Amino acid sequence: MPSYVIAEKCDGCKGQDKTACMHICPNDLMVLNKDTMKAYNQEPTYCWECYCCVKICPQQAMDVRGYADFMPLGAASTPLRGSEDIMWTITFRDGRIKRFKYPTRTTPEGSIKPLEGFSEAKVADLANQFLLGEPDIMGVKELPTKK
Amino acid sequence: MREFATEVVETDVLILGGGMAGCGAAVEAAYWAKPLGLKVTLVEKAAIDRSGPVAMGLSALNTYMGMDGKVTHDSHTPEDFVKYAANDQMGLTRQDLVYDIARHVDSTVRHFDKWGLPIWKDEAGNYVKSGAWQVMISGESYKVIVAEAAKNAIGMDNIYERVFITHLLKDEKEPDRVCGAIGFSVREEKIYVFKAKATIALMGGAVHVFRPRSQGEGFGRSWMPPFLAGAAYATILQAGAELTQMDVTLVPPRFKDAYGPVGTFFLLFKTPATDAYGGPYVGAYGSETDKWAPYSKLKPCPTPVRNYEMILATKEGKAPLMMHTEKVTDRIKKEVTDPKEQKKALKKFENEAWEDFLDMTISGATNWAAHNVDPMEKPMELQLGDPVFIGSHACLCGAWACGAPELMPAQYKADFPAQYNCMTTVMGLFTAGCGLGASPHKFSSGSHVSGRIAAKSAVKYANDKKGYTPTLSDTTIGKLKETVLRPIALYEEKSAYTTVPDVNPNYISPHNFLFRLQKIMGEYAGGWETNYGTSDKMLETALWKLGFCEEDIEKIAVKNLHELMRAWEAIHRLWVAEACARTRLARKESRWPGYYHKYDYMKLDEGKKHFINVKYDADKKEWKVIERPMIPII
Repeated sequence: MPSYVIAEKCDGCKGQDKTACMHICPNDLMVLNKDTMKAYNQEPTYCWECYCCVKICPQQAMDVRGYADFMPLGAASTPLRGSEDIMWTITFRDGRIKRFKYPTRTTPEGSIKPLEGFSEAKVADLANQFLLGEPDIMGVKELPTKK
Repeated sequence: MREFATEVVETDVLILGGGMAGCGAAVEAAYWAKPLGLKVTLVEKAAIDRSGPVAMGLSALNTYMGMDGKVTHDSHTPEDFVKYAANDQMGLTRQDLVYDIARHVDSTVRHFDKWGLPIWKDEAGNYVKSGAWQVMISGESYKVIVAEAAKNAIGMDNIYERVFITHLLKDEKEPDRVCGAIGFSVREEKIYVFKAKATIALMGGAVHVFRPRSQGEGFGRSWMPPFLAGAAYATILQAGAELTQMDVTLVPPRFKDAYGPVGTFFLLFKTPATDAYGGPYVGAYGSETDKWAPYSKLKPCPTPVRNYEMILATKEGKAPLMMHTEKVTDRIKKEVTDPKEQKKALKKFENEAWEDFLDMTISGATNWAAHNVDPMEKPMELQLGDPVFIGSHACLCGAWACGAPELMPAQYKADFPAQYNCMTTVMGLFTAGCGLGASPHKFSSGSHVSGRIAAKSAVKYANDKKGYTPTLSDTTIGKLKETVLRPIALYEEKSAYTTVPDVNPNYISPHNFLFRLQKIMGEYAGGWETNYGTSDKMLETALWKLGFCEEDIEKIAVKNLHELMRAWEAIHRLWVAEACARTRLARKESRWPGYYHKYDYMKLDEGKKHFINVKYDADKKEWKVIERPMIPII
């Protein structure tokens, strides 16, 4: 359908102006029905099955049913995403189950300070070819060139 | 019609698109703009945490040199990379641009490492390479991490999410200069006008120009995401800049239907692929593929030739072609005999195989499970997908852009209004990532660094032109606003004519407009429908029919803001389609046979080894085809 919302679990993100799934969907597919206060996928045929909505839903109210035109029914890939890793449960059509866990990041969420630890940019350096942190960050002394 | 508010944002450096290139541009621009007191603004049609092709994640960084030698194997120089990328694209690339990406890309990957992207390392801390250029990652959160760096560099106040850019803006006093962009919010009734000294168009590539193989729910499972709608190519073209190699789309060879990735299976696991009868199709058609020598005989064999072997095998009745993942299991069992070690090795393979899919193509994993296929035990089918425009991958489409001063051949200098790295043929307009043409094999890491290169150059330009203020009259803005909102106005005016609004003789929906476009491209311009074959006559027919689409742009009608985005995506795709068909018509050879070939010129012609560029004059409504020479630097 591709992504779908389980009616019983969705709480419309408790009446905020937008739901988590609406915020994150890269293709603007998720909509909140203001009457029922439940979200839905307004254009399933444009769904990439990227699972961004499934991963972010605070109620775990979202899942994906594989594209009907080539996937037999009954299988699922179900994520549980934490702050440093993700757990996957794979359910086969015949009932077999596999579980996997993979790291997602090595630093705390929100901690990235991309400009910190580098000397301030100098206007004169705009004329050279070095980008932020170069060449030291690459572990080489000079930037390769053809002349 | 309801009145839409207009918000004008004045900035110095305008970054359009917050994918890999846009996020790279944000960090780099922030760094250089700070001491100069310049303002940097980023606009994105979705939320940058999960926008662009890396939204789902990735399982490898496909471009990494390892110049400091801290890799498990395959430490390379930029020269090595240029040779590889040029050969893969049948000899035709802007080597200066490829070299520039290669010499900087390690720095971007080192930043990723610092920011918290889990890069696979051996016990000594060396990056684990799977092939000559690829570094393995656990990349589920790759885009979230890269976006966090961008957000923290320029600040959320300078990022406009859910704003869709429809046009670039031209300066009224200097008609050959871009001075910003216009678009609309997909969340509220509001038009945005961004005025800038330097504009960097980084809205990615284009899929759904050709018809996807799945036509039902699977319509959205194009290999690259369906939200890549060609805004960079279309707006750059409309602004009067030259696009290059718009004929060279990528046809991705992938696991069938769900398009699970094959790179790690081929490179890391050394998985054999065969035809349906167990025979090898790779290298099996020498008498035919030799016509593409010397490229076809190089190692590794170029992607367009490997694809062509799949086409030949399929035509011979030897489909389905199979990826024998189960043979990796057999090999491990043979190689590792100690039962405990064998179990460990098999578990490792299983874990890594599933991660490859789950990090970047979850549907591929579900598709295995839905067919009761455990890749440890059974093979799965391979197939070629629909052609996509993705200038950062193994293809060449994009803008004709200026290279680095000491790398670009002198013969190209006159093509550009000023010598700034990544500036297009129009003043003040820069591009990178998928927008940068004839610069293949950037992939995600190369796109990020490409955005950084463009951003530093754009900051320099904005600083050099400090006294410049865009000239843009209210009349021009008013007219553009009317054009942008025309589909809503048309719907409001005409929808009551029929008992249901969906079928109405006065207009066409964006979805139906797109279907018409895809049918034309698929059937006439070299889609999967014809096994990627086309001809001058077929392309002439395509262009004739695309002409009606162009006229019908004014007949697109929409119900709401979401559909308004679909309308402009479809319009952008039409411009990409037309640029592609015109370039394919102008090229009188079949250089990339597994990407597209011409029945009437079914051979490689080294006498025609030049770039074919197109450009559009919006005032005169005229297309121009321009040949540019191929000048190597290696």
